[in-house]
Amino acid sequence: MDTRNLTFMFYGFLAAWAIILIYVGTLVRRGSKLKRELEDVKRLLSAKESTPPRL
Amino acid sequence: MRDKLTYVLLAAGALFFFFNLHGIFDVLPDEAAQGAIYRIMYLHIPAGITCLTGFFIGMIFSIGYLTTGKLAFDAASASINEVALVFAFMNVVTGSIWARIIWGIWWTWDPRLTAMFVCLLIYVGYLLLRQAIDEPTRRGRLSAAFSIFGTVDVVVVWKSIEWFRTQHPGPVLDVRTGGGHIDPAMQSMIFRDLFAFLLIAAALVLIRMKQEENAREIDALRRLAHA
Repeated sequence: MDTRNLTFMFYGFLAAWAIILIYVGTLVRRGSKLKRELEDVKRLLSAKESTPPRL
Repeated sequence: MRDKLTYVLLAAGALFFFFNLHGIFDVLPDEAAQGAIYRIMYLHIPAGITCLTGFFIGMIFSIGYLTTGKLAFDAASASINEVALVFAFMNVVTGSIWARIIWGIWWTWDPRLTAMFVCLLIYVGYLLLRQAIDEPTRRGRLSAAFSIFGTVDVVVVWKSIEWFRTQHPGPVLDVRTGGGHIDPAMQSMIFRDLFAFLLIAAALVLIRMKQEENAREIDALRRLAHA
């Protein structure tokens, strides 16, 4: 294989996979934030249901 | 079931791509004029086709939302457009690295590159617009209109290398040229990488759609909690 531009070719492959991995990272972070929010809202709802209505 | 499908698609796409690396580096020869750097086209072209296909499918779901009013269509459109934007960035970055060696510059305002830059701006704007509007139906309507408007530029990006013969290389794939512009083995590798990218993109879209569903559920529960 011609080795003249090997470094830049490597940068190209690295950049492509870095972009995908960064996006996957943001998806994972967003997913765990949504999970936390869902648990909070469910807790809020069950607390509201267990509180007796005021007369 | 959908979670399993997501993992299978993601793993299959990644495995397929890593399997292709063997062909890209060990089997296929160097391009006569460009040397090793030409191998970036095995990322650049599949990423470009993946992103343009994604934006086009996103537009179809946007039309689906505008005609039916179903939020599931809006969620699908948003998810597909977001994932397509990731591949658009991959296309531009890899193209820029290739251009640095072959043209001696990172960027030029060639019609293809300019159209792609406008495409990036449109879809980044699309995502910002969605962030800025809380009310789901209004957000769905406006972002659907934005997505349909954005597809006009997708067509310009696709056709620009035929309309304007400037710095960016012209079409090489047989489906556009009728044949004779690229070695069949190199073309086959482009399509194999495209298949791998489409599998990965499909998996990412499924993950993103699940998140959109969760966000809708949270929104509905919040309304219930505050009622």
